[in-house]
Amino acid sequence: MIVVDNTNVLIARDLRKTFRRDSGEIVHALNGVSIDAAQGMLTALVGPDGAGKTTLIRLAAGLMLPDDGALKILNIDVAAEPQRVQDRIGYMPQKFGLYEDLSVQENLDLYADLHGVGTDERRARYPRLMEMTALGPFTERLAGKLSGGMKQKLGLACTLVRAPELLLLDEPTVGVDPLSRRELWDIILQLVNDQGLTVLLSTSYLDEAERCGHVVVMHEGNVLAQGHPGEISELAAGHVFLAEPPPGLKAREFQARLSDKPEVLDAVPDGGRVRLVVKDRHGDRETGKQGDLDNLDIVATSAQPRFEDGFMILLRTDTEIRRHGDKDAELGGASSPGLPISLSPSLPVSPSPSLQVSSSPNLSLSPSSGLPVVQVHDLIRRFGNFVAVDHVSFEVQRGEIFGLLGPNGAGKTTTFRMLCGLLPASGGTLRVAGADLRRARASARQRVGYVAQKFSLYGQLSVMENLEFFASAYNLRGAQKRRRIDGALRQFDLTPLAGLPSGNLPGGFKQRLAMAAALLHEPETLFLDEPTSGADPLARREFWRRITSLSERGVTVVITTHFMEEAEYCDRIAIMDAGRILAQGTPAAIRSQAAVKAGKEPTMEDAFIVIVEDARASATQRRTVARGVA
Amino acid sequence: MISRDAREHERWRARLRRVGALVRKESRQMIRDPSSIAIGVVMPVLLILLFGYGLSLDVTQVPVAVVLEDPSPEATELAAGFQLSRYFDAVMLTSMARAEQLMLARKLDGIVRIPADFARNVALGAAEVQVLVHGIDANHARIVQNYAQGAVGQWTARRAAQGMEVIAGPVVAQNRMWFNEANESRYFLVPGLIVLIMTLIGALLTALVMAREWERGTLEALFVTPVRTDEILLGKTIPYFILGMIGLALCLVAAKLLFHVPFRGSITVLAGASMLYLLVALSIGLLISSAVKNQFVASQIVLLVSFLPAVMLSGFLFDLRSMPDAVRMMTYVLPARYYVALLQTIFLAGDIWAVILPNAAVLAGMAAALVILTRRVTQKRLA
Repeated sequence: MIVVDNTNVLIARDLRKTFRRDSGEIVHALNGVSIDAAQGMLTALVGPDGAGKTTLIRLAAGLMLPDDGALKILNIDVAAEPQRVQDRIGYMPQKFGLYEDLSVQENLDLYADLHGVGTDERRARYPRLMEMTALGPFTERLAGKLSGGMKQKLGLACTLVRAPELLLLDEPTVGVDPLSRRELWDIILQLVNDQGLTVLLSTSYLDEAERCGHVVVMHEGNVLAQGHPGEISELAAGHVFLAEPPPGLKAREFQARLSDKPEVLDAVPDGGRVRLVVKDRHGDRETGKQGDLDNLDIVATSAQPRFEDGFMILLRTDTEIRRHGDKDAELGGASSPGLPISLSPSLPVSPSPSLQVSSSPNLSLSPSSGLPVVQVHDLIRRFGNFVAVDHVSFEVQRGEIFGLLGPNGAGKTTTFRMLCGLLPASGGTLRVAGADLRRARASARQRVGYVAQKFSLYGQLSVMENLEFFASAYNLRGAQKRRRIDGALRQFDLTPLAGLPSGNLPGGFKQRLAMAAALLHEPETLFLDEPTSGADPLARREFWRRITSLSERGVTVVITTHFMEEAEYCDRIAIMDAGRILAQGTPAAIRSQAAVKAGKEPTMEDAFIVIVEDARASATQRRTVARGVA
Repeated sequence: MISRDAREHERWRARLRRVGALVRKESRQMIRDPSSIAIGVVMPVLLILLFGYGLSLDVTQVPVAVVLEDPSPEATELAAGFQLSRYFDAVMLTSMARAEQLMLARKLDGIVRIPADFARNVALGAAEVQVLVHGIDANHARIVQNYAQGAVGQWTARRAAQGMEVIAGPVVAQNRMWFNEANESRYFLVPGLIVLIMTLIGALLTALVMAREWERGTLEALFVTPVRTDEILLGKTIPYFILGMIGLALCLVAAKLLFHVPFRGSITVLAGASMLYLLVALSIGLLISSAVKNQFVASQIVLLVSFLPAVMLSGFLFDLRSMPDAVRMMTYVLPARYYVALLQTIFLAGDIWAVILPNAAVLAGMAAALVILTRRVTQKRLA
């Protein structure tokens, strides 16, 4: 046998693919993409929504034909012979097609039969898959009755009933809670490291990309960079700093102000401080030009770059080049297309004027006034024998951002529905804006805004029509109605899209519209159920920028999220699991709970996992003891 | 080195195993899914009971008034004929004005007036009876009119048998029904039901389950396996084919035991014709769902292009020959039309090959064309 050069399992050259939207608009999903995926390597496609990740994976799976370019997998031209490729690879689409009315075992058997896995081979392979996915005790359960994380694991197991020569995973961890996400990643890494499996996956979680052998950073159909994650991180070397917020300013408020500066490419709250990436660190001594950091005039220490920092540099630079490219085209292309790092000529010398609270908060909504806005005491909700919410108590002060964190099925959404008066409580007390929700639901509802997890606006109605409908539903009329709608369109940058059917909006805009609708009646309290689930890093930053400015105006925000780093934006958080609150406090306090146990400086995610696992372990122990006594 | 034959053999075994796996999967889903059971079993049973007992085109117990202006024994005897008939619910009146009032109030569908000179005219040999029928529902009116003539005719026949004079009055039509001697609409409704049930199971159910796989993304995962397109189609077809045949058996049993519909043809011919039609319906369902990939739209299209025409234009409820030419021309493209013709012939007339062969040939041609088209349209591709 002659050994052909098989180091690259997938070779893509200059792939192009365009789609036509229903609106007639042409989208360049892939704009000349060339990548390689090496054998035995974990390759990740990273990028925001609309980067072309899913299209590329579908082309590789032979489910679509490229408009142009070449794509070879295992030395087979996929476009010409899709079936030969499909015989040898494994593929898990974004919403994995499990048969929900089949049991775990029946789903596995189906895929084993389709892949021609014999009885002996199954006997050897099934126990290993069950051990890896921890699905062993659930083989008889219907797939539809599994939790989100377990479904993903079963989907993965189905693609692994026989060893595929290439495994394609399209956003395998989207919408999965941190615990399940970590478990899934352990499985994937084990497959790559121990069994030499070749994997190509797409993700919008940047911490996941850091764990891959090779990353391809994509944006709007183009490859911005590819290489080892370390190389991407290295792009940010010398640009990353940690800054202490000035006294009297919260980290998120400081972060919001910093991220508005043209010199700052990225700023996120990080453990009470702000992590920022600046364009240009060093001043140019000869011209007397100062570095970005000097201009900002803040106290900051330099920090180790992460993958996320390099990624944001690539993305922001690309966006700016494009924006300027367009402008150049309008101007006849006269100016140089260089990287535009222009500094505002009148930068303030001291931080105080620029860092002042710019919006004028409504005086009646000042954070110090009186009672908590949300008071929950001993809240219980049962569904038959199942206790979904088990003696939950917490309070939220006016103007606070309160985060409810927990794995799937922790009871977050149930708690939310009770808070909004959509679901009666089985026990306990519940007051929102002074109104007892168990008695006066309608009056309490007037004071809250609710954004559900799923898009719950009318897809066939335009943006404007949706807002008009919701305004009428909140009893707004005439000039006041006009004013509120205009304000909402402006605040959420929806004015240019007002005439579009809301069903055709891109994901991020749908979410903005949902928020705009929920805020029309100017509620004092806003409830947001997993607003950032499935959103990419750019959209999430933009979202939090809006939340921060809402809270500065005195709006109380209660929010659930899967993204642990987003807890840093909250004033206080509560971690829930199995219907109970396990820990409650400021992000710093929660993080310190894990510090004792984990040994090193823990992230919010580490803290979350430690807290939930501890609680589960002691619950199991209690059950065992109880059984022993009985 | 494995021989070519052995490799070929191995390939076929793998294909068979994959189809088997898909059929098993589909059957399990079918049994567990309440909507499949609803359409496949509950709906046929409901339709049988509804059409068999509720919807009958026979007219009985028609409310009429017999206005008896002549108290003679002849007139009374004729009136008694109306009163005793199960087709009429007759009241006796003596005033025509009262009867007209009741008719205006729609309390009556007809008036039979036996005039004052009836007995005298009978004696003279030229008696007349006036029959007035409420004409709002033309079909109904015609039936009532016929019944009335029948009742008068019977009376005449009875008198003739007794050797008495016969009136020449209203013309008594000599009706004779062929094939449906009892003139029971059930006799042709039940075979028609089989068409509806086969259409529902074949087209609607398969369209729904296939579109559901597109919607839920299960097909996307299935595509990237060694499974071939025709295997996916076979995996869908076989279970619903079997379900359709069960529906057929259910209808046959109901026809025989509940409604005592005569069955003059052979089961084999019926089964063969049904298989052809089922294949056509299944292909229509698969074709539609592959084209639209959405459960709601697929079900709407199936109802429009196959179920409603099967009810209205197949000759099941309405006679094809009484339709306007343009509409009748349209019925020639409907598979249900040919199946209805086959069923009514097999049930009520027997294995009349002159009817069966041409109709079966058209169905077979349609089935072949649709199967090929479905295979072409269904691709292992997205968008």
